[in-house]
Amino acid sequence: MSFDTNNADPVALVIAPASAKAGRRGGGLLWLLNGRLAVGLVILLVMGLGSFILPFFAPADPSLQATYMRNLPMSGVHWLGTNALGQDIFWFLVIAIKNSLMLGILVAVGVTIVATIVGLSAGYIGGMFERIVMLFVDTFITIPLLPILIILGALIRGNTSFFTVGLIIIIFGWAWDARTVRAMALSLREREFINMARFSGASTVDILAKEIFPYVSAYILVGFINTVLFAINTEATLAVIGLSKVEVPTLGSIIFWALSYNALFTGQYPWIVAPIIATVTLFLGLFLTSTGFNQAFAAKRGVS
Amino acid sequence: MGVLAYVAKRFGLYLAVLFIGLTITFMLPRLMPINPVDGYIGQIQSRANGTLTPEAISEMRANLEVLYGLRGDLFTQYLSYLKRVVIDFDFGPSFTYYPQPVSAMILNALPWTLGLLLTATFIAWVLGNMVGLVAGYFHKKRAASILEFLGILLYPIPYYILAVTVLLLLAYIFPIFPLSPSFPVGQMTPEKIGMIFYNSLLPGITLVLAGFGWNILSMKALAVATTEEPYVTYARLKGASNWTRMTRYVFRNALLPQVTALALSLGMVFNGALLTEMIFSYPGIGLIMRTAATGGDYNVLYGAITLSILAVATAGLVIDLIYPLLDPRIRHK
Repeated sequence: MSFDTNNADPVALVIAPASAKAGRRGGGLLWLLNGRLAVGLVILLVMGLGSFILPFFAPADPSLQATYMRNLPMSGVHWLGTNALGQDIFWFLVIAIKNSLMLGILVAVGVTIVATIVGLSAGYIGGMFERIVMLFVDTFITIPLLPILIILGALIRGNTSFFTVGLIIIIFGWAWDARTVRAMALSLREREFINMARFSGASTVDILAKEIFPYVSAYILVGFINTVLFAINTEATLAVIGLSKVEVPTLGSIIFWALSYNALFTGQYPWIVAPIIATVTLFLGLFLTSTGFNQAFAAKRGVS
Repeated sequence: MGVLAYVAKRFGLYLAVLFIGLTITFMLPRLMPINPVDGYIGQIQSRANGTLTPEAISEMRANLEVLYGLRGDLFTQYLSYLKRVVIDFDFGPSFTYYPQPVSAMILNALPWTLGLLLTATFIAWVLGNMVGLVAGYFHKKRAASILEFLGILLYPIPYYILAVTVLLLLAYIFPIFPLSPSFPVGQMTPEKIGMIFYNSLLPGITLVLAGFGWNILSMKALAVATTEEPYVTYARLKGASNWTRMTRYVFRNALLPQVTALALSLGMVFNGALLTEMIFSYPGIGLIMRTAATGGDYNVLYGAITLSILAVATAGLVIDLIYPLLDPRIRHK
């Protein structure tokens, strides 16, 4: 179910892997830290910082073809060798991670905004409006995304920018998050602690900032990370079958080029193995961070 | 009454999903700034070395527009589209394989996709739930966390990475399977069937691995929660064995949400199957879509996507309708 996946992902709803570790307050944000989260954050920090800082030291634009001799083996100059297009695989990979992460974050921002507006309004307004909105949400969840993206990819291929690809993913990727946000809005409407705060004389701003926001932000953060995963995955999937902007280095397009130049047959392992390892590590990092946060927040709320 | 209301509500949702899905499929190409007819004419023009007269071109354009349902205003187009798709199951002819009808191409590929998809999903679901159950039931034991770790490791890996890795490991480093598998068509002999089965193993393994991780994780989470329930403790005090408690008390109750989750995730499972077919050149709907996308064969694409929506929505409906049989609470409401 990894495709596409993750925001469109029942696990995020089912799993709140909570080992009750309540009573670990104090010490700033340290209560948040648990094993999963620590590992996930370290992976994300290293890959995120690395891919954003390293490109400044790149000897040449890695996406340019025929910069170096083709098919050089691994060496001190070219750490992972060069590919059949004359690009340095290491630097190409660094830029690819950076582009994929940027796309993922961009899409996640868009999806989070759309999903929050749709979900909150559906949850609070209710009635006929909610039913119609939820009908659309359920439809978008049910419709298989990949065929639609393939049609769009086939139609606009060549005439698209990397940005458009992100926009399309936002248009078709908001439904799962909207569903989660609505469920949250519904449950918040009924919660005692909100009433309790109101009766104790807290102002609306106070309630929003101190009661609702901490509750909501946890979900939004977890949803955000899952959406980053989903977006990177979706773009990469489209790129692997050649329907994204494959000239832009991303985790998918690097595999697209490796497969189209038969890196497997010619035995150019680094070209295909390096992006696989990078992708798996990055996705593991994102996944651990999101479930780690979930775990930490669940423990804090005491709902284990 | 409870069941009837449930079925009616679910069926209403089914129709709505189909309707909205078909409408999106209809609108998408028309919202795009690109007109496929221009593309086709361009292709034919270049095949004829540009010797076509303007009159011939405009006549051809008219013919193509009729053929692809682009005549008349948007609403007329929409009505005739719905009539063609819903009543006649007709998507017009393929452009690349003219005049072969798209519906025939798709119906040929459908058994391939269904066979692979259903088998792999079933195996992944059963295996994943079994492992997840054990991991969840014994969640206090150290060994159980190893099982969960397996799920954490497998789950976030995208289909395409799994597919390429499986190919790399089992066809290249350990050459057990062919790198470019072939799938014979025509009259089936036992030999051919064996070959098809053998060559379907790689895409099958990919799909099983992908579904496996997710099932482990979600079943584990459910089983942990269920194990803490008082009635399980009661069963232990009553003297029920570990095995009885795990299978009859925890498993049966944790199973229900898993069935719902399966229905909800069908769309993704289907996406993954399409992608896997593309990477392994497995002759199902996915491969047809890829060929059509590369060749700009839009009728085939629309046919395939309509069928995808239909298939996923119907499968979801079937699972949800089986649900009352599993959950007595809906039956006796």
